[in-house]
Amino acid sequence: MKFSDKFEARFTEMLTHYPTQRSVLVPTLLYAQDEVGYLSDEVILELAERLALSELDVRNVISYYSMLTTKPRGKFNVQVCTNIACMLRGGEELLEHCERKLGVGNKGTTKDGMFTLEEVECIGACSWAPAVQVNYDFHENLTPEKMDEVLEQYRNKAAR
Amino acid sequence: MADLVSHPDEVKVVSKRFGQGATNIDRYLELDGYKAVQKALTMQPDEIINLVKNSGLRGRGGAGFNTGLKWSFVPKQSAKPKYILCNGDESEPGTCKDRLIFEHDPHAIIEGVMIAGLAVGSQTGYIYVRGEYRYLLEIVQKAIADAYAKGFLGKNIFGSGKTFDIYWHGGAGAYEVGEESALMESLEGKRGIPRIRPPFPAVVGLWGGPTVINNAETLASVPHILLGGPEWYANLGTPKNGGTRLFCLGGNVAKPGVYELPMGYNLKKMIYDVGGGIPNGRKLKGVVPGGSSVAILTPDEIDVAMDFDSVLKAGSMLGSGGVVILDDTACIVKFALRTTKFYKHESCGWCIPCREGTDWLEKTLTRFHAGGGVKKDIDNMYYLSENMLGRTFCPLGDAAAMPIMAFVKKFRKEFEDHLDGKPCPFEKAGRAQEPVLA
Amino acid sequence: MADVNITVDGKKVAAPAGTLLIEACKTVGIEVPSFCYYPNLSLQGACRMCLVRVEKMPKLQTACTTVIGEGMIVTTDSPEIQQARKSMVELLLGNHPLDCPVCDAGGECELQDMTFSYGAAESKYIDLKNHRDEQQWSPVVYFDRPRCILCYRCVRVCNEAMDVGALGIQNRGVSSIIAPNMEDHLDCEECGMCIDICPVGALTSGSYRYKTRPWEMNHVGTTCTHCADGCKTTLGVRRDDTGMQIVRGDNRDKSGINGDFLCIKGRYAFDFANHEDRLSQPLIKKNGRLTPATWEEAFDLIGKKFSEVQKNAGGQAIGVIGSNRTSNEENYLLQKFARVVLGTNNIDHHRTADFPVFAAALAGKQNATASMRDVYNAPAILLIGNDPTEQHPLLAWQIRNNVRLHNARLHVINSQVIKLHRQAATFTQIPSGAEASVAAFLAGKDSAADALISDKANRDTWTKLRSQLRAEQNLIIIFGSEIRGSSIASLVQFGSEIAGSKFLCLGDYANSRGAADMGLYPDLLPGYHASSNGTKFQQEWGSMPSAPGLTQQQMLDGAIAGRLKALYVVGSNPVGRLGLAPSVLSASFVVVQDMFLTETAALADVVLPAANAYEKSGTFTNTCGDLQILKKAGEVTGTKTDFEMIVRIADAMGFDVRKLVPFGAAGTRADMGQSRGAQSGEADRHAVWLERHNLEPKMSPFDPMAILDEIQRLVPGYDVSRMNLLAGNDEHTNLTGPAQVVQQDPALIEPANNALFTSGTLGRYSNTLNSVVEQQHRQPAEVAAD
Ligand SMILES: Cc1cc2nc3c(=O)[nH]c(=O)nc-3n(C[C@H](O)[C@H](O)[C@H](O)COP(=O)(O)O)c2cc1C
Ligand code: SF4
Ligand code: FES
Repeated sequence: MKFSDKFEARFTEMLTHYPTQRSVLVPTLLYAQDEVGYLSDEVILELAERLALSELDVRNVISYYSMLTTKPRGKFNVQVCTNIACMLRGGEELLEHCERKLGVGNKGTTKDGMFTLEEVECIGACSWAPAVQVNYDFHENLTPEKMDEVLEQYRNKAAR
Repeated sequence: MADLVSHPDEVKVVSKRFGQGATNIDRYLELDGYKAVQKALTMQPDEIINLVKNSGLRGRGGAGFNTGLKWSFVPKQSAKPKYILCNGDESEPGTCKDRLIFEHDPHAIIEGVMIAGLAVGSQTGYIYVRGEYRYLLEIVQKAIADAYAKGFLGKNIFGSGKTFDIYWHGGAGAYEVGEESALMESLEGKRGIPRIRPPFPAVVGLWGGPTVINNAETLASVPHILLGGPEWYANLGTPKNGGTRLFCLGGNVAKPGVYELPMGYNLKKMIYDVGGGIPNGRKLKGVVPGGSSVAILTPDEIDVAMDFDSVLKAGSMLGSGGVVILDDTACIVKFALRTTKFYKHESCGWCIPCREGTDWLEKTLTRFHAGGGVKKDIDNMYYLSENMLGRTFCPLGDAAAMPIMAFVKKFRKEFEDHLDGKPCPFEKAGRAQEPVLA
Repeated sequence: MADVNITVDGKKVAAPAGTLLIEACKTVGIEVPSFCYYPNLSLQGACRMCLVRVEKMPKLQTACTTVIGEGMIVTTDSPEIQQARKSMVELLLGNHPLDCPVCDAGGECELQDMTFSYGAAESKYIDLKNHRDEQQWSPVVYFDRPRCILCYRCVRVCNEAMDVGALGIQNRGVSSIIAPNMEDHLDCEECGMCIDICPVGALTSGSYRYKTRPWEMNHVGTTCTHCADGCKTTLGVRRDDTGMQIVRGDNRDKSGINGDFLCIKGRYAFDFANHEDRLSQPLIKKNGRLTPATWEEAFDLIGKKFSEVQKNAGGQAIGVIGSNRTSNEENYLLQKFARVVLGTNNIDHHRTADFPVFAAALAGKQNATASMRDVYNAPAILLIGNDPTEQHPLLAWQIRNNVRLHNARLHVINSQVIKLHRQAATFTQIPSGAEASVAAFLAGKDSAADALISDKANRDTWTKLRSQLRAEQNLIIIFGSEIRGSSIASLVQFGSEIAGSKFLCLGDYANSRGAADMGLYPDLLPGYHASSNGTKFQQEWGSMPSAPGLTQQQMLDGAIAGRLKALYVVGSNPVGRLGLAPSVLSASFVVVQDMFLTETAALADVVLPAANAYEKSGTFTNTCGDLQILKKAGEVTGTKTDFEMIVRIADAMGFDVRKLVPFGAAGTRADMGQSRGAQSGEADRHAVWLERHNLEPKMSPFDPMAILDEIQRLVPGYDVSRMNLLAGNDEHTNLTGPAQVVQQDPALIEPANNALFTSGTLGRYSNTLNSVVEQQHRQPAEVAAD
């Protein structure tokens, strides 16, 4: 299993941060997912072996955290917050708008593999609601029109 | 990234360096950076603890425990290493303040962690940042590296002969992990299941060592307290509620944003003066004053000082600083449903009342809001919440129960208006359209 | 330390500091309900059933996690607490399928009991219950998600007590689910502890599912017949068309030497008993073919033939091979039959450990053998050779949990990295076959270390280890069959220098130790007395041969060569085990008593269908020397116990059975039916035969308890409390042989080669074991076990 040099360097460094090996697990899983796209069986086996954990143990942890996934997702994960502050300012309408625009429902991935849509809980943008995160980037104070621009922006990014 | 706002009533302490480029360590130094920790290095541990105790600083994570007092619980002698853990898991719906501190003033958090370390005799700190805040984690990583480069961290900090290390740590999406003991589990690479207490983290925490866990805002306040003195800080607020607080105004308010106001600032003023009131000529229906976990206040309950004790007396809680304002177009049942959906999604599932309770509340509210409610549902929801309250393994169960009890109690009529198969009186037309393929 | 005093519901309670409130309450008979709390497993505080009010605390507290403090005032019952508990049950029942009528746990379900106690019968929910389909995780483990209440007992017992960790928790919130380690199935030791510990019917057993209702079974507490550890087990039996069928094995009341524990064999592998190939009619070879016959025909023929041989060629022309799986009483009776009725010392069995040398080495020592309970409590343990996880599952459990719960120091010396190395304070790997050098080195022979030095351990390691061991106290020294002959004496010598040390010699089958103790040796009488020096026995039995007889191998050779005219094989399969050619025994008259037509039985002239240990009463001695009772649970019509068959053969030979079984004699302490388990009242069924023979029906010659008297009298160490034994308790027999060693040829000892999922002949006929072996793609042992 090959990760990037950056991943390996960070992994090696992180191991020195804690008295126990397994402490690196949660952030490492997320970094691994960023590289591979999802936590494949191969990734799980690899990390389990590196940290002397059982695969079951690793799966138990993965399934606890909502950002971690064992299934492939689109290139861009469009995470629409519909929690209370966003809801009061049109978060749900924004989600519906995205559903229409992308032609997929919650957790669906567009046929071209470009976008996955996900309804998420509060992402810490409550005073700039409604808000969306695409992968790790925040987009705030959105309207359906602005949302279209955001999606377009990513489409162009992918084309480049 | 997030927009900054300002208001004349603001008293900028924690937010003093916002927008000043203080992520740059040299700029931070120009803005009195790392002075407080150097002062702390000249003080006795007990001196620091007493100073913080007397400042009236109370935890900004939600529970509002006196910070100095919490530090004083750490045993002086310990066979195992002691740790400082900064809680930057900010996930309480309605709350987005720690984000701004990390974004604009990460070194203040580092400094706060160091001072806490000096106060309790710890040499190691961890800064836990929620997974969604990747860009903030990167800011923190750089800030830590810069501090090491300057010799502020590591061996012999500021030439004192003392050692202090700080490490960053990222989460991966879980609200419950903000709960202090689940936070430690998560940091140890496990599922975020809370721990049995006692023992409390101050005695047995990370890897069995005594651990101080503080919210990022709490820790970022500490350097200012050291430099400004406890009296100055205490006097900014109300008795036993020292200082200022970052309030996150959100929802149906004209000027949402994060404002730093003195503790005890009047809620009504906060909504109408600072927040510019309810937009679109609408009327206030209610306000959730401390993040989604607390009881809603009705318009006639909002003339209250926003400090821990006064809000508690008013029947709610100051909580996390997330102030969510609802206008009269908001449907309380819908609001209750969305709140419950959150807790159901975030319940760790460990204990029966929270795991099953949130599930049944959500199922009931979903049906109820969709027009399938029956009369006894209303009492049942109350009964269910009442039976969760105070009986769960960690406070998440209370957080799920308290808002529902308040909604039912204070807005019973609105629940009743949903009965008899009526559609939700607030539902806008045309919402349930099928998606059109793009 | 002084006890801590608290008040519970007005009652004063004193308990040692550190006691959990829930346990302190138990001591005064106050039962605080709980699902997730389980003694000796880590604390959870998850189910919230044990909420109680502790004065000065703002909220209700969980009694399962609260440690008692001086002066604590506790209320465990009040309307508030009742309501809290009731609401927990209501919440659990919300998503529960309420399929009690078809649930295996119905009637034995803690959720049912709680519902009954707290009256949470009213359903407050009208929405759909969450559902997930049932899953089969292994041939023996089924998981019914909707019934699961997430008490995490299964996860903990698997992780903590078994050190297997095959179960985890996935997802969170209401989606939380117990998950097996291989995504949709289990790869584990299949011990079934998860099923046993499940308070509801979420985890159910593949062998018991939907078979019966708990209240339709009789529950018989007896001793497991598989390995030499001797777990106590409760067999659930039900009448069926061929007798009494065993449908379940568990250690229901958690009593006995194994407490909670049973391994896969104890829990499921009773099914050999009802295998379709089970013999249920005597067979006599007619025209070269084994043909069904009546019992009378069979006994007449055997009696006639044995008498003939005896008359024409003498007793020494007959050989007797006994069993590691028959009861002490049967073994004792068999050797007595050989010596007294046939007049031969040609008696032996498949030896799996050097018990005679062990007994001799312990001569004169008091309390030198470790009981299975000692293993759980000893402060330090030395294990040389063997792999208890595979060969002695209970022993492994005792060691593991002693380390976990009492911080015992475990020292492992093995040629393989066995699983128990994870609990070991020191683990030292040796070259294969070097166990004898270990014994020699420990006993002080420094040069023996030469054979032990490798890249895994140098001379220094060995010297350090030896000093470390010498510094231990109350050390239990456990060794497998790798250590035999003079090595045993060396080890005992080494251990004798350590204060309070005890020893444990590991044999392989359920009654290997009993077979040895009862004298199934050509040169040793019961209690390891030399046959040449049997005065004590002669006085009781009358005349008997004194010259040593033939060993098992010599008997087989003799039979093949035609020197032995008759061979009597009881519960053993030497032909199969040793891979002998089918024609070998044709020159002698062969009688085999067995459950199945084994390779040996197939060659016999007469085959008698035998009952197994679950179908008889008597006693077993486990490898530690713990004596335990067998109670009759199952029954297959058409079979007889080996005991009865031996008596009937003696009778058919015209021998006065009163001289064989001292029934009705003065001083006999009769079994009042205690050992007959589900079958009490059986004496009546023999009444017809007994009366025809002018015997008193109540004191039957077929009652093994009659000969237990003689055993208790004549075999050193066996004079234990009969009362305790009959009550189902274990009694440790102290092994001390006569100091005069009758040297045994160490080469006669052959390990059984049974592992976790095999059990010799029994295992070959257990569908459960076979299905697990198949699923786990395990390789069978190269040499099959008996
Ligand atoms: C369910 C739950 C979630 C929490 N989430 C957070 C959080 O995201 N950030 C935080 O600082 N405190 C959170 N807390 C509070 C912490 O448990 C803890 O009290 C706090 O970090 C202590 O710091 P303080 O004393 O500085 O407030 C949460 C508590 C609960 C019960
Ligand atoms: S209340 Fe119980 S289920 Fe809910 S988050 Fe806390 S421990 Fe987990
Ligand atoms: S409610 Fe949407 S970001 Fe908080």
